[in-house]
Amino acid sequence: MSRLTPPLPKFLRPAPPRPGEDGTGRTGDGDGNDSGGAPSRADQLRDGAVEGTAQVIGYIDERTGTSPFLRGFLYRKTPKGTNWFYTLGSATMFAFLSQAVTGVFLAMYYDPAASRAYESAAHITNEVFLGELVRGMHRWGSTVMIVLIFLHLGRTFVFGAYKYPRELNWVIGVLLLVMTLAMGFTGYLLPFDQRSFWATVVGVNINASSPIMGPFVADFLRGGAEFGEATLSRFYALHMLLIPGILAVLIGAHLYLVAKLGTTAPPWLKAEKKELSEEEI
Amino acid sequence: MPGAFEGETVTRRRFMSGGALAAGGIASAAFGLPALGFALGPLFTDGTEDPWQDVGAEADFNPETYVSKTMNIQADAGEAGKTTVYVRKYDESVDEPSPSDIEQGLEPLPSVAISTRCAHLGCPVRYYQDPGRFVCPCHGGIYDSQGKVDGGPPVRPLDRHYSRVTSDGRVQVGERFSVNSELRRFSPRDPSNHLDGLWKYLYPARPST
Repeated sequence: MSRLTPPLPKFLRPAPPRPGEDGTGRTGDGDGNDSGGAPSRADQLRDGAVEGTAQVIGYIDERTGTSPFLRGFLYRKTPKGTNWFYTLGSATMFAFLSQAVTGVFLAMYYDPAASRAYESAAHITNEVFLGELVRGMHRWGSTVMIVLIFLHLGRTFVFGAYKYPRELNWVIGVLLLVMTLAMGFTGYLLPFDQRSFWATVVGVNINASSPIMGPFVADFLRGGAEFGEATLSRFYALHMLLIPGILAVLIGAHLYLVAKLGTTAPPWLKAEKKELSEEEI
Repeated sequence: MPGAFEGETVTRRRFMSGGALAAGGIASAAFGLPALGFALGPLFTDGTEDPWQDVGAEADFNPETYVSKTMNIQADAGEAGKTTVYVRKYDESVDEPSPSDIEQGLEPLPSVAISTRCAHLGCPVRYYQDPGRFVCPCHGGIYDSQGKVDGGPPVRPLDRHYSRVTSDGRVQVGERFSVNSELRRFSPRDPSNHLDGLWKYLYPARPST
């Protein structure tokens, strides 16, 4: 197996020789067999699968250089003391992915016209197979994502992980927070029932209350001076095209910086550092 | 210029990279600027259509109490584009004329047509006849029977609509306008925008209204 291929998962790796075997038996070259007797059908199949997978991965890897990249990205060293709190960031990302997937499928049934939006949303919930589940995942997943993003922000703050050289990642994280809140705001209008309509009226008018610029921001959000057809299609476009695009780019930048700069040790580890001896001072 | 050919003021490499950058910039602007203008268009266009809408015969309205009528503010938005307007006949013994009318020597509007859009954050207010108050369900804004703020968070009186009576005795309600605490008329402002004192300079009129 070429050295360029990425590390295989454990179950695909050739087993190391057992004590008492000559060690030349199964080498993972695909032609290996157990010491002695003919290879069993299962062994042949498994070895063929290993060989085939390695060939496909090798083909792609040779032409893209994926494995050095992945090795640096996924197998980087983490500091001592890394714990479950460090999973909040990826938890937030998976919440985003879940929102993206359920959102794409909701868009297949949803109709962003003022006179049709409510009916199409009700159709998803009441008639489409698993519609209630997928809409529920999207609806509750949005709340989960906001909760997770704040926990992640709190973890970063409390652990001091925003300090040099990670300030820029904090800034990107704040932009991600703002964009996520914007997703919540624009998505809230889409069911177009009484609650979502009036809540969005109030939300847009809160924007309008800021001096000088406020009314213009509100005009932009409404697509005019009054709430109407244009408002809903605007919110729909922002919610499913513009903001997710920005979010995806920012998540990419956020992850790049995490991989580049590494994660921090939890602050309590510093307290355990040994006192410097006389000579070291 | 060091590195440039004799008689030239810039190196050819620098000229080429500058040219490539400029071409890229022009190409991006060629699709970026129209798209941006397209998205921001509603800020600069006046979206108001022919506003006059019939709300009933003159005899339907009286000077004592408000009658609620439905009107369209967004013709294309179905139910969501409708709003309620409270209409009452103008009564000179109760209603004070708007300073705008006095200055321009105009007759007061024949009807007091009060918009139900709360001047706090835009929820729909409801009129209660017994106390003679408009009350907003969202954040507790209270207005007196003239639509002036009586309590709660609103920053200015309820908006009004222009009104007129046609020659065949029908009452028509028109465009919305905002008023300050003296009932002076302003072009329609968003809820939460102040119209009194120095505050009003922070919330200027916009092209979209």
